[in-house]
Amino acid sequence: MALLELTNIETYYGPIMAIRGISLNVEAGRISVLLGANGAGKTTVLKTISGAMEPQKGRVTFNGESIQGYDPDRVARLGIGHVPEGREVFPFLSVEENLQMGAFSRNDPDIAQDIERVFDYFPVLKDKARQQAAYLSGGQQQMLAIGRALMLRPTLMLLDEPSLGLSPRLVSEIADIIVRVNDEQRMTILLVEQNARMALDIGHYGYVMEVGRIVMEDTCEKLKSATDIQEFYLGIRDEGVRGRRRWKQRKTWR
Amino acid sequence: MEILQLLISGISQGCVYGLIALGFVLIYKATEMVNFAQGDLMMMGAFFAYTYANVLEFPFVIAVLATIATMALIGVITERLLLRPMIGEPHFSVLMLTIGLGFILRAIAGASWGNEPRSLNTPYAGGVIDLNGVILGYENLVIMIGTALLCALLYCFFRFTRLGIAMQAASQNQLAAFYVGIPVKRIYAIVWGISASISAVAGILVAPVSLIDPQMGFIGIKAFAAAIVGGFGSLPGAILGGLLIGVVEQFAGLYLPTGFSDVSAYIILLIMLLIRPQGIFATMQQKKV
Ligand SMILES: Nc1ncnc2c1ncn2[C@@H]1O[C@H](COP(=O)(O)OP(=O)(O)OP(=O)(O)O)[C@@H](O)[C@H]1O
Ligand SMILES: [Mg+2]
Repeated sequence: MALLELTNIETYYGPIMAIRGISLNVEAGRISVLLGANGAGKTTVLKTISGAMEPQKGRVTFNGESIQGYDPDRVARLGIGHVPEGREVFPFLSVEENLQMGAFSRNDPDIAQDIERVFDYFPVLKDKARQQAAYLSGGQQQMLAIGRALMLRPTLMLLDEPSLGLSPRLVSEIADIIVRVNDEQRMTILLVEQNARMALDIGHYGYVMEVGRIVMEDTCEKLKSATDIQEFYLGIRDEGVRGRRRWKQRKTWR
Repeated sequence: MEILQLLISGISQGCVYGLIALGFVLIYKATEMVNFAQGDLMMMGAFFAYTYANVLEFPFVIAVLATIATMALIGVITERLLLRPMIGEPHFSVLMLTIGLGFILRAIAGASWGNEPRSLNTPYAGGVIDLNGVILGYENLVIMIGTALLCALLYCFFRFTRLGIAMQAASQNQLAAFYVGIPVKRIYAIVWGISASISAVAGILVAPVSLIDPQMGFIGIKAFAAAIVGGFGSLPGAILGGLLIGVVEQFAGLYLPTGFSDVSAYIILLIMLLIRPQGIFATMQQKKV
């Protein structure tokens, strides 16, 4: 039995069918990856898992428990952390308070120690611990959102495009943290990404979505070498052609 | 001397407006709903205090605590039964619902306690302090001190307690609050409870100076103006807006033709909307859903 199982999920925005029957499994201890173009329905899948949206049909099973229809705070307390698309920090709380809120459902004495661990993952946050989150840069807010989800000590962490809008250096930094968290804390990860290269590099198993359906699934190793993936997500052939053309144009200008 | 005297009654009246405004703002910040029954909650609080202090003859402090507890419970139940089913409905429907709630509360109060005005027995009634000719009634003094204490208490609650910070979090970003496991719906109920208890305190404070009757909640409209003047969304703004309106009302009553006193709250509101539409403390546009 996988840690998280989605079976024939259908989710609607009013009359619009955003998820058209999806089944996927997230195995415990792994980094699973969900790829797809804009509007494919990746965010909707995560919202359906975390209870922000209720599926019209199908089942979401976490640790053997059917959780569809639960309120999102209840899902969180079951051990699913969610780093939503677009950071979504608490803007007028300090960095430290944001992290404390991440541990809202916990009652153990290790919270302070976990805050230190987040500061260890993201040292910039330590320097800004007392500042309001609204005054962090976009990348720092992303780190805070990840740190805040870690504070829940989740069994499963959902990450929605953590690389969005970050510099290449920051993207690889965040990728390192995801690998470290998966490794050190044995945390299961479901990673949604547009940055397929990064995702397939760190992921173990991957799914590819197109307009509300899963069209391909395999180990990340295999996905990386699939020609469709190379063309559409890694842009391997595409980039080559464009690069050459640009080079030619330059020559003719001189 | 006369000016100081007006200032005293203005400030104490303003404190009452401010407290009711605080109730408006708290519920609005947390749930984005405007509760037009806020003044009527104050009225209910005053009647419960009357019941506990005059009828059941509880010691005053016990009567106050019992009133606060009763109104907290009524606030929580109101949220649970009336407002929670309305989550996701248009704001207009919620507005109509709270206006209807006001009618119901006035009807209940009229049926249970009658329509003739009552006065609340307090241990401090009638006492005065004479400050070189300026008379400071104990009732007014208690209003000012009570309001200051309540504000300090609320400040500490929101600033330093886990629940208070979680309430801020839920108000700043509801979805993120859900995702970190904050029970947002329960928080809404607690906010209603707090807001109703604040109104109850306002009712107890104002009862010795203005008698209790089912219509006394209509000053909620002025308190609503105070909340907007303060920036609707700012807690200190609500108190300041209340003080401003309370004080101006007193001076308008003396220096302007009769009638101006009662409309001065709305005149201030209009002037404020013209020169500084975001209110004294602008927080509305910073709010993130
Ligand atoms: N609030 C909404 N109301 C109506 N339709 C929506 C809403 N949010 C998303 N959709 C639709 O649902 C579909 C899936 O959207 P979703 O946000 O899940 O895509 P995504 O894969 O996360 O895209 P992106 O990579 O751009 O974040 C899209 O066609 C979108 O138009
Ligand atoms: Mg998305």
